Amino acid sequence: MPETARGGGAAGGAPGAARPGGGGANGGTARVTPKDFDSEHRPTWCPGCGDYAILTAIKKTLADLGIAPHQVMIISGIGCGSKLPDYIHANGFMTIHGRPLAVATGFRLANPEMTVLVVDGDGDAYGIGGNHFIHTCRRNINLTHIVQNNQIYALTKGQYSPTSEQGFVTTTSPDGAPERPVLPTALAFAAGATFIARAFAGRPQHMVEVMKEAVRHPGYALVDVMQPCVTFNKLNTYEWYDQRAYDAAAEPGYDPADPVQAWERVNQWGDRIPIGILYRTVRPTYEEGVRALQRHGPPARWTERDLPGEVWDAMVEAFT
Amino acid sequence: MTPATVDLTVTIGGDAGQGIESSGTAFARALMRAGWHIFTMVDYRSRIRGGHNFYQIRVSDRPLYSHSDPVHLLLAMTEETLKIHLDNLAPGAAVIYDEGFKRVDRAEIEAAGVLAFPAPLSRLAARHGSKVMMNTAALGAAAGLLGVDLEPIASVIHDNFGRKGSRVAEANQEVLREARDWAAAELARREGGQAGGNGQDGQAPSAFRYRLGPRGPVTGRRMAIHGNHALALGAVAGGCRFAAAYPMTPGTSLFEFLTAHSHRTGVVTKHAEDEIAAMCMVVGAAHAGARALTTTSGGGFSLMVEALGMAGMVELPVVIVVAQRGGPSTGLPTRTEQGDLLFAVHASQGEFPRIVLAPGTIEDCFEAGWRAFNLAESFQCPVIILTDQYLASSLRDLPAGALDRRGVVIDRGPVLTASDLDALAEPYLRFRDTPSGVSPRAIPGHPKGVYALTTDEHDEESHITEEIGSRVQQMAKRMRKLDSAAAAMRGPRWYGPPDAEVTLICWGSLYGPCRDAVDRAAAAGRSVNMLHFSDLWPLPEDEVNMALAMVNRAVAVEQNYSGQFARLLRMVTGFEVEATLNKFDGRQFTPGEILEGLEEAVGAHA
Repeated sequence: MPETARGGGAAGGAPGAARPGGGGANGGTARVTPKDFDSEHRPTWCPGCGDYAILTAIKKTLADLGIAPHQVMIISGIGCGSKLPDYIHANGFMTIHGRPLAVATGFRLANPEMTVLVVDGDGDAYGIGGNHFIHTCRRNINLTHIVQNNQIYALTKGQYSPTSEQGFVTTTSPDGAPERPVLPTALAFAAGATFIARAFAGRPQHMVEVMKEAVRHPGYALVDVMQPCVTFNKLNTYEWYDQRAYDAAAEPGYDPADPVQAWERVNQWGDRIPIGILYRTVRPTYEEGVRALQRHGPPARWTERDLPGEVWDAMVEAFT
Repeated sequence: MTPATVDLTVTIGGDAGQGIESSGTAFARALMRAGWHIFTMVDYRSRIRGGHNFYQIRVSDRPLYSHSDPVHLLLAMTEETLKIHLDNLAPGAAVIYDEGFKRVDRAEIEAAGVLAFPAPLSRLAARHGSKVMMNTAALGAAAGLLGVDLEPIASVIHDNFGRKGSRVAEANQEVLREARDWAAAELARREGGQAGGNGQDGQAPSAFRYRLGPRGPVTGRRMAIHGNHALALGAVAGGCRFAAAYPMTPGTSLFEFLTAHSHRTGVVTKHAEDEIAAMCMVVGAAHAGARALTTTSGGGFSLMVEALGMAGMVELPVVIVVAQRGGPSTGLPTRTEQGDLLFAVHASQGEFPRIVLAPGTIEDCFEAGWRAFNLAESFQCPVIILTDQYLASSLRDLPAGALDRRGVVIDRGPVLTASDLDALAEPYLRFRDTPSGVSPRAIPGHPKGVYALTTDEHDEESHITEEIGSRVQQMAKRMRKLDSAAAAMRGPRWYGPPDAEVTLICWGSLYGPCRDAVDRAAAAGRSVNMLHFSDLWPLPEDEVNMALAMVNRAVAVEQNYSGQFARLLRMVTGFEVEATLNKFDGRQFTPGEILEGLEEAVGAHA
């Protein structure tokens, strides 16, 4: 059996909630393996890029949860990492810069039976798409948001991003990045996200456990991944992240459900950077509150003439 | 067409926040129930309180397609209303206003040949509980002057106030009745006196001659509906199951309607954080397989443009309703314009097929609501429906069954079913090169239909490529759909005598005013007809050229500055109009203005 019911040890250990029709909905017949997601298209990423580990972790996460390639929709933005759907055998949609969360929201509302992952970068999620990020957090729509956060614009060859350290010198910040960086975990907390986690591409097994918990979480789940860009970001390297990253779950008294503790962790960024699940709570998902969905089922499963005559007549009657 | 024996316009004007539109709508609906044809026009400003608003109701014994001027009965709920509208009143018109208005110069009104009716509106309303019912009193007084039955008005008040508790409804009914009785008595008193003239010679007439009578000639159940609601009904009938939007006048009422009925119809609606999100949600829902639309106006559409291109590139069927208003930028938020045509046709970078429809009537709006989805899914491209504030918010009466869902055809285009996919021997190619350019679509969720869309250029499998062969193949495949779509587009519609000396060329909401202008021209012995376009892009060239070959002298009538449709027509067909009539003040052409403009443009002999 796939590990659908197993709590993620390193990632926090709270009971996992299976997605409706998502995790484990492989008909119970064939076992899903990471190889099922292999594509003949090879990534065009630089050797050593953190995106390779993220790609591998996504495959393992889905396989471990028993979610087959046709049962997941992976929606990305624009950037090196957002080409991920081209390198994996699964349903996908490489959209436009900054908008994958909005596209994913529409997809989920039309087909809440499919597991939806959004995979995008720090520019997509926290820069151009920052508005959608805030509203998706508070909306608590059931999707997993994996952000390949390399603190740089890489595909456009090295400009500072919303998460670049203040003072970081790039082609568009020759005097150093002028603004304080966005701290995504704190922003997500303030915006009302129900699941906030951080992973590090240099610790792939931990990343898989975090991702599994995120996919199981009923509601919006953020996994901000520290993803080294080996070509354009010479500051935030594997070593830089490795020296600072610590597993929050290993701390004494760790309780991701405690908002006071969580507030401290989501704000921690410096000599020590927490990874793992920083905050987790359960609130009704957006989908649960949509009466049209609950009463009539997914719009994607629409069939002709499923509008009852009396509903139509009542609508028209109001104009007489 | 037999000339109308009754053709009156009633205007109710007042401050924003005074309930002018709801009172106007109620009265229009009542007149419809009393057996009259109606056409309404709402004129308001972009603010919640204060500032002059008015609502105009044209009433006739024959079907109406546009508003008209002058006004025959004015209900002035403020003193300012009197000042603004006095110049626009017909000789012998009447004005009802509150007896408490201090700065009204009755002599000035009567000198203009208009009957003044200072009425106890607020007194009656206050006696029954609240001055808020002043509008109801005005409607009652209007009923008294027009001579219409009270029962249809009472029935509308019952429908509107019934749920607020019987006390409110009852109080309104009493105010209505007493105001009607007051007006009827006042009219009888003046007619008994026989003082004054007939209004033609500048002397105040004694009797109000614009009477409707108790019941109009129209029988059978009718409905009063505006373009936004007709379009919403069409969309629901056509299987729309998802709508996302950000509120923007004048598109909002369409989205509100879909939302209000959402839990009964199953249309999932989302008020998004901005128009970019709304459009992207629609794209996502369309990819999931739902018929999805968004509603907006020009400013919101500007924000949607990048995602419009996304839908074009990944060949997803989406429907965008753009209810135009005065631009540029914030422009005239509550007013009408046809300034976004060339924008809609060209919006977003690069070249990709899209379809642009511009319904002209309420019936057209209903049809566009479902037909847009058929076109979008048949050609797997965005469909833009261009309406405007005038069409979106003007009520017209129709037989209750006129918007008939049994006439709705649903064509989902080439979609692979689960059994089609089960039977696939070859790997599925989402963007297979086909003669029509349309590739059979697999809705995500089937093991043999797994693919990833990309807004990058891609190959038949939908993988990113910059290779020349695939680029040229896919670009040509996409653009070929435009030729396929042109065959599904309809040519223009004629109205009026064939071989007329002058043809009014128009599109979208100008159908009504131009049609009325053609009728008036005929009545005046002038030779004018209309060629109306509603399928604007791609233009079906052969049909358009055939129609244009029958035009003697072409005058384009457009609600914009630069004559955008005339330019589009010239671009596609090389046809040049002789003159253009353009109006860009945010107010719809009246039929009379069109005829006056025509005289200036081509001379009175036409």
